[in-house]
Amino acid sequence: MTTLKVNGHDHEIDADPDTPLLYVLRDELKLNAAKFGCGLGQCGACTVIVDGKAVLSCVTPLLLLKGKAVTTLEGLGTIEKPAPIQRAFTEEQAAQCGYCIAGMMMRAQALLQRNPKPTDDQIRGELQINLCRCGTHMRILRAVHRAAHLMDTAELTTNNQGGAQ
Amino acid sequence: MNGPANLDRRQVLSGGGALIVSFSLSEAFAEEGAAAVPKPPGSLATSPYLDSWIRIDADGGITVFTGKAELGQGFKTAFQQIAAEELDVPFASLKVITADTSLTADEGYTSGSQSTQYSGTAIQNAAAQVRELLVAEAARRLDLPAESLRTQDGAVIAQDGRRLGYGELVVGDMLHVQAQPKSKLKSPSTYKVVGQSIPRVDIPAKVTGGAAYVQDMRLPGMVHARIVRPPSYGAQLTECDTSAVEKLPGFVKVVRDGNFLAVVARKEFQAIKAMKALSAAAKWKEKPTLPKQDDLLRVLTSLKSNDTTIFRASDPSAVGQKTVEATYTRPYQAHGSIGPSCAIAQLNDGAMTVWTHTQGVYPDRQGIAEMLKVPLENVRLIHVEGSGCYGHNGADDVAADAAVIARALPGIPVRVQWMREQEHAWEPFGPAMVTRLKASLDGDGRIADWNFDVWTNTHSMRPGGAGSMLAAQHKAEPFAVPAPKPIPLPAGGGDRNAIPIYKFPNAKVVHHFIPAMPVRVSAMRALGAYHNVFSIESFMTELAELAGEDSVEFRLKHLEDKRGREVIEKAAKEFGWQKGQKAPADRGYGFAFARYKSLAAYCAIASEVEVNRETGRARLVRAVAAVDSGQVVNPDGLINQVEGAIIQSTSWTLYEAVTFDDTRITSTDWQTYPILRFDAVPDKVDVHIINRPGLPFLGSGETGQGPAAASVANAVANATGKRLRDLPLTRKKIKDAIDA
Repeated sequence: MTTLKVNGHDHEIDADPDTPLLYVLRDELKLNAAKFGCGLGQCGACTVIVDGKAVLSCVTPLLLLKGKAVTTLEGLGTIEKPAPIQRAFTEEQAAQCGYCIAGMMMRAQALLQRNPKPTDDQIRGELQINLCRCGTHMRILRAVHRAAHLMDTAELTTNNQGGAQ
Repeated sequence: MNGPANLDRRQVLSGGGALIVSFSLSEAFAEEGAAAVPKPPGSLATSPYLDSWIRIDADGGITVFTGKAELGQGFKTAFQQIAAEELDVPFASLKVITADTSLTADEGYTSGSQSTQYSGTAIQNAAAQVRELLVAEAARRLDLPAESLRTQDGAVIAQDGRRLGYGELVVGDMLHVQAQPKSKLKSPSTYKVVGQSIPRVDIPAKVTGGAAYVQDMRLPGMVHARIVRPPSYGAQLTECDTSAVEKLPGFVKVVRDGNFLAVVARKEFQAIKAMKALSAAAKWKEKPTLPKQDDLLRVLTSLKSNDTTIFRASDPSAVGQKTVEATYTRPYQAHGSIGPSCAIAQLNDGAMTVWTHTQGVYPDRQGIAEMLKVPLENVRLIHVEGSGCYGHNGADDVAADAAVIARALPGIPVRVQWMREQEHAWEPFGPAMVTRLKASLDGDGRIADWNFDVWTNTHSMRPGGAGSMLAAQHKAEPFAVPAPKPIPLPAGGGDRNAIPIYKFPNAKVVHHFIPAMPVRVSAMRALGAYHNVFSIESFMTELAELAGEDSVEFRLKHLEDKRGREVIEKAAKEFGWQKGQKAPADRGYGFAFARYKSLAAYCAIASEVEVNRETGRARLVRAVAAVDSGQVVNPDGLINQVEGAIIQSTSWTLYEAVTFDDTRITSTDWQTYPILRFDAVPDKVDVHIINRPGLPFLGSGETGQGPAAASVANAVANATGKRLRDLPLTRKKIKDAIDA
């Protein structure tokens, strides 16, 4: 048994220590957002946040996660109460098939947490790891800019709404 | 549909008594393929009952059914808009059910940008006819003339304020009537829902971690399977000691049938470990069957082909003076879905249910039933969204895989997930193509003579029969791969868009259809149109240069089609295209145009590309598109599709080629099959819609693929002064051309 903190809650995980985080999230915790794309760390569909950093969950084994806090897209907000990044992607209609989108959002979220006002080049540089096949890139970029703006605005009223920890 | 009451309703629909006769005639003529009696529009022609499309419950709940599959194009939202509009109900009050062999009409495949054209048109007309039936029923009950009634928010309302809800009005099988050829459609000027950029209904779940894909389904007691595919086409499994695999934690079963090999485990990562162990235990005998990857021009033009002249025009008065020739090639290219294919199957009391992201639940059911040797009615396929597919990827194969494994584990739901390497190596690729063009200009710089030859395989090996599916091909008693067939014109397959839209006095177009398929191929977004339009539109710019003319003006000079001209003019204007304008240093401008399939949406794209002369790297800086797809249902949805087409096609055009040695596919992941990443994303992509209120919906999902390719290639040529004709236009090819 390994104790894993996901979206603010501790979970006792009964899986081999070499099990990649992706399968712990999907198979053990029944979370949908992190996606299997390649299992090779090449596409970013599985991106989640671990202790504030964007991590490829398909190549991160459970044994490396002791005492760390994992955040998935589910931990940011819900349909009823979306986080700024979720609102931004919805408002920009930044998805076609949407399979890559959860990973894009988590990497963008990690960026915005450490750099609330990134330039366009910084966003592109950060998202370089993540692949989109539908060609939704222009909307994804717009959505990240919008999320930065929404977070900026939100901070004036509430404290750290939709924060990842 | 048997009682006299229904006859009345049919009469209501047509407004006359001669209707029954026209029905029987219509069916009789349809058998003979005569067009004397008009059929109802869109897919109503093949699934004519109104309640195949729209059902209304007693409580007023309305369900819309489509036999098409949502693949991320967003049509589910568009169909909901269409139905809400014609039924006069609020958008949010409807739900849409997509492809399911137990629930929806058989609409074949979701392909060829035909969903809105066929299914959307069917829903539009069915909704309008349902509304008329409801009004007629209300008129009868209220004893008022139908003309005095109106509909609003799911009710029929009389002038005196009396109101009958749709749920109250629908009794029995009242909607189980055949559609009429003509519907009383709303005037587009009154549209409230159609034409609006209503947010997509599927996006909220996708941005919050909801269960949005077949990959996200978890059925009670579900187990996980992985396939061990042969290492190459035609490899034979000679030996497989499963004893070590059987000792692994969570092991459930090895399923082997000839060269079909799979393993099942309780948990997903256990299944992956078991797959690796099984793969190590499996010994295969391979043989070299693949052609030379770097010599596709010779390979394709030397294979035996069936040649058909598909177009000819002749005017001896037009005589060419300057003649040019050019040959263009396209490699095999991959769909490259971000999520590898996945399916879930369960056998219960002899009935097989498969949840699948196939594009064709009905044809796939036929293939699976044939493979399992069970009656069709014992197999049900339910479409659940997957990762975007852009054509025939591994979806159908994994559905068959799941069915084979589930049959070995009765009662237990089996989830099969392909690995990245399997998707890359085993998906049926977009076929390689060669085109050879030759044209002459007359003394006025007009094209007097045009010759176009295209060599390629079929562009659809989609199931119907079992033999199209890997699991059936790999069984000990294998199903033979069906003989490939060309897709008939006017849509065409490898010859899609091979016939030019421009008017040339003399022209000849020949389709060289190659039956032999050394590499597994099938339908990929736009089929042959991608390369044919790339070739035609590259060549048009080459000819414009030869004639010393601006390439936009040169196109307009040869084009009569009014809507096509407007699309070209719009893209040029919005781009700021100016005759003779030179791009800044190391940049180039390109232009291209096509009407997809010569019968669907029009699309013109102007682009600006920058080329790094040191590295040869090309990047699309900005693209401006104009598109005419008839009546627009959801403008933002259409823009999203065209934006996506431009970026995806740019990726195909600049980077992508399937690689192989003499035995194995060697492009098996994103390292060996690189696609466009964020550092290559344009600064700006603008899509301008020319809306055509009231005109038929024209398919748009694939209309951008060809024009984007040629526009980018023309801009690369403009930037470098070197014309590249072999796709993809890689960094190395551009650098070599610059240095040459």
